[in-house]
Amino acid sequence: MQQALEGSQAIARAVALCRPQVISAYPITPQTHIVENLSKLVADGALNAELVSVESEFSAASVALGAVAAGSRAYTATSSQGLLLMAEVLFNIAGLRVPLVMTCANRALSAPLSIWNDQQDSMAVRDAGWVQLYCTDNQDAIDTTIQAYRIAEETELPVMVCMDGFTLTHTLEVLDIPEQAQVEAFLPPFKFARSLDPDKPISVGTLVTPEFFTEARYTHHQALLRATQVIRDVSQEWSAISGRRSGGLLTVSGDATADTGVLTIGAIAGTLEEAIDAHPPGNTARLIKLRAFRPFPEQALREACAGLKRLVVLERALSPGAGGIVGAEVRAALSHLEDPPEVFNFSVGLGGRDVPLETFENLLAAIDKGSGHDFALLDLQPDKLPAEAW
Amino acid sequence: MDTVIPVEELRRQQSRFSGFEAGHRACLGCGEALAARLVTEAAGPDVIYANATGCLEVFTTAWPDSAWRVPWMHSLFANAAAIGAGMEAALKVQGKPTQVIAMGGDGGTFDIGFQALSGALERGHNMLYVCYDNEAYMNTGIQRSSSMPHAAATTTSPAGRERMGKRHLKKDIVSIVAAHHIPYAATASVAYPSDIHKKVRRAMAVDGPAFLHIHTPCPLGWGHDGAITIEVARLAVQTGLFPVIELERGNLVDVLPVRRPRPVKDYLERQTRFRHLFTDDARAREELEHLQAIADHNIDRYRLEAGGTDICDSDSADTVRRGGARWA
Amino acid sequence: MIEIRIHGRGGQGNVVAAYLLATAAFEQGRYGQAFPAFGAERRGAPVTAFVRLAEAPIRRRCEVRKPAFLIIQDDALLHVPGVLSGLQPGGGILVNSTQTSEALSDAHGQAMQSLAATRLAQAILGRPVPNTALLAAFLTLTELLPLQSLVKALSGRFQGKVLDDNTALIERAAAQVTPAIWKEGAHAASA
Repeated sequence: MQQALEGSQAIARAVALCRPQVISAYPITPQTHIVENLSKLVADGALNAELVSVESEFSAASVALGAVAAGSRAYTATSSQGLLLMAEVLFNIAGLRVPLVMTCANRALSAPLSIWNDQQDSMAVRDAGWVQLYCTDNQDAIDTTIQAYRIAEETELPVMVCMDGFTLTHTLEVLDIPEQAQVEAFLPPFKFARSLDPDKPISVGTLVTPEFFTEARYTHHQALLRATQVIRDVSQEWSAISGRRSGGLLTVSGDATADTGVLTIGAIAGTLEEAIDAHPPGNTARLIKLRAFRPFPEQALREACAGLKRLVVLERALSPGAGGIVGAEVRAALSHLEDPPEVFNFSVGLGGRDVPLETFENLLAAIDKGSGHDFALLDLQPDKLPAEAW
Repeated sequence: MDTVIPVEELRRQQSRFSGFEAGHRACLGCGEALAARLVTEAAGPDVIYANATGCLEVFTTAWPDSAWRVPWMHSLFANAAAIGAGMEAALKVQGKPTQVIAMGGDGGTFDIGFQALSGALERGHNMLYVCYDNEAYMNTGIQRSSSMPHAAATTTSPAGRERMGKRHLKKDIVSIVAAHHIPYAATASVAYPSDIHKKVRRAMAVDGPAFLHIHTPCPLGWGHDGAITIEVARLAVQTGLFPVIELERGNLVDVLPVRRPRPVKDYLERQTRFRHLFTDDARAREELEHLQAIADHNIDRYRLEAGGTDICDSDSADTVRRGGARWA
Repeated sequence: MIEIRIHGRGGQGNVVAAYLLATAAFEQGRYGQAFPAFGAERRGAPVTAFVRLAEAPIRRRCEVRKPAFLIIQDDALLHVPGVLSGLQPGGGILVNSTQTSEALSDAHGQAMQSLAATRLAQAILGRPVPNTALLAAFLTLTELLPLQSLVKALSGRFQGKVLDDNTALIERAAAQVTPAIWKEGAHAASA
C-alpha cells in the first residue's frame, strides 16, 4: 500500500512484516527512529516480539545472536560507533554462520565526531563475513530488508542492509509498503538447522585448531561467493511478487551507449541518475548502481562495464593512507579484462557534506583534467585546509 | 563401528543426568571442571548454555570433540550474559519451557563481561548466570583480574621488591549483583558439592535472574597440588575468606556456617601464589594481618559463626530435605 | 518540480511542517519528498527543512539550493546570512511575523508576505507552534494543493481536539492572506 512515510518508519514496517520474534535495540543517531518505531509496533500489539532494550550495541548484537541460536528470527539496527562497538560480535556471527538481518544506517566514524552520512562505518567491517547490500533509496531499503531475511536464511549468512543515514532514514517520501500476504508468500517460517535444542544437543562456537581452521574459513568464503546467485534469484522472485524492479547485484541505467561510466553505491545514485538523464546523449554516462558489495560481484561488474573507455568510481568513504575502498576493489576486478576501462576514483560527501546535482558535471570536468587517476576527494574545499596543507 | 545411542536412551541409562562428559582436557584437579559437572547435573537436560571464552570452553571443545551433552554455545569473552539474554527472549516468545544458563569465569564476569551481566540482570531475564571464580585470567596464563584476592601474585601482579602482589581488594561481585534487586544470588564452593546442586536447583526455580558465584581453585594458577583442590576450597570457606551465602532480593537469607574458623594462614600457606607473604618482610606480615582482617570481617558481616541451618553437605541430606526426587 | 525551503528554530515544528507538506502532496496523488538539514537539534537552534513536490518520482536527494518558495518560521532568522539565498527570481517568501507584509518588505528590500502565525496558534491551539498556520497560508497563496489535503495529512498525526483545533487554525490562517497571488509563480516553477 502506498503511503507517505519517513524512511525509518518504513524500515520498521518492513521488519515487522518479516515477523522477527526478538528485536534488540540500542539507540544511536540516525537509526534510532527505526527501533523507536518498532517499539511502538510491539507496544501496540501490531508485532508479537520480545523487544530487548540492551545496554550497548555490543549486547544488541549478542542478544540477537543468542536469539537466532535459540531458534528465533531476530533483528537489530545500528550506525557508526555502534557498529564498531559490536564489531567483535559481527565477525563471530558470520563465522558461526548464523542467519541474522541488521540495518546499518550509514554514518561517519569518529574521530572527528560526526552524526552525518557517509559509508565509512559499514566499509570498515566489510571483512566481517556478512553479506552487505547498499540501498539506493527508501523503496529499495524496504524491499532489500524483506529479501535480506530470505537471503540470510537460505545461505546461513548474516545480512547487513546498508542505507544512508539521515539521507534516507529521515527523508519522508511516497513508499509502497508490501502486504503481509506478499511477504508470507515469499518468506517461509524461520528454520535454522543448527539451532540449540535439548532434544538434539550440539556444541556451537568451539575452538578450532590449525588442523581444521583453513577449511572452516574456506567454507565461509565459498558460502559468500555462492550467495551471489542467491541474491540475484531472491531479487527476481521478489520483483515478481512486488511488481517492482528490485536491485539484484547491481543496476545499470543512464546512457547505454556512453563510453564513460559512473559507478556508485548508496543514495547519491538518485541525484547522479537525475543529473545524467538531464544531459544530452553524447555528453552523458552509463550509471552503475552497485547494490551487493559483499560478496563482491566481479562477474556482474565486468559485464556492466563492457565497452566502457572510462569508469569513474564515486564513493562515500575512504581508507586513510590508501584511498578509495570501492575504487580499489573495482580496479582489481576490472584489471582481469582484456581491455579494461581507465578507472578514476573519487570520494564525495564525507561526514554528510551535501552532494548536489552539479556533482556529475564536476566529475566529468575533473576526469577531463586528468584528476582521479590517483584517488581524490571530489568536493574538497582547499580554502578550509590549514595554511600548511595548501 | 560406533553405535549411536539416542539422547533419550542415554539419559535413561545414566544414574544421574550427565551434561558434562569425562575426557576433556582440563588440568588435574581443576575446580572449574568439577563445578561445571555439578551445575549441569543439577540443572538437568532441558537447558541451553551460553559460555564465555575461558578455560572451560577451551578445554571442553576442541573441534571436533565436545564434552557437552547439552545444547551449548560459545560466542565471545564479554557477552555470555547477553547471549543468554537473547536465548531467553527467543524461548519466551516460542513458549518453550527450556531454560537458559549463562556461564563465565571471573574475567568474563567481573571485568570484561560485567556490562553485559549488569544489563541482563537489570532487564530481569529469566536466566541463571554462573560464575566460575578461579580468581585470575587463567586461560591466558594466570593474569590479574578484579576477582583476585588482595596480595595474591600473578604474572601481571607479581610480588617483587616494590610490590606485594595485587594491591586492590577482591571485587564484591555478589553484593553488586544483589544490588540489581534480583530474586536470588548466592555463593558456593566446590568443597560443598551438594550445596552447589541445591543452589542450582533453587536458582532455576526462581522466576527472573539468578546468580551463582562458585569458588573454584586452580591448581596451576594458585600453586598447589591438584590432589588437594577440595581441601584448598574448603579452607577458603572455613577461614571466612570465601563466605558461602544466599541472598534474596539483596537480603541475606542463609549462610554455610563456619563454627570454628581456621586462621587464614592455613589457607594461604598451601598456595605458592601467596608464598611471598611468608617471608620475614614487615610488609608481608602486614598483608597477612590485612587478609586475616578481611576474613574476620566476613565472619562478622555474614554472621557465619552463628548462622546456617545446614550441618551436613550431602546429596542424601539435601534430597531428604527437599522431599525426594534427585532431579526433575 | 517545486522546491521549498523552510527555516525555523528547533521546537517550532519545522521538520513536521516539511513532512506535512509532502504528505499533503501525496494525499493529492502527487509525489513529495521532505527532509531536514540535520543538525544537533536543540530548542531554539536554527533548523532548515526541505520539501520537493512533483508529478513524477523524485530522484535527487541533495539540499534545496534554489527554492521557488521560502517559509520563514521566525522573523529573527531574516538577519541570519544565507537564509534567503538561492531564491528563484520572482520566488515567494512567507514570514511568520507580527509586522505587516508591507513593513517587512520595506525593511528587507524584498517582497514578503507575513502572517502572525505564532499569535494565531497561541490563540487557537494554546501553543506557540506556527507551522500549521504557515502551511495553510502557503497553500492559499500558491494554490499548489487544496487545504483539505493538509487537513488529511494532519489527521495522520493528530486526532480529536488537537486535530479539530488545527483544522480551525488552518481556516483562520488561510483567511489572513490573499489567495492565489503566488499561483503563477508556482506554475512556472513546476514546469
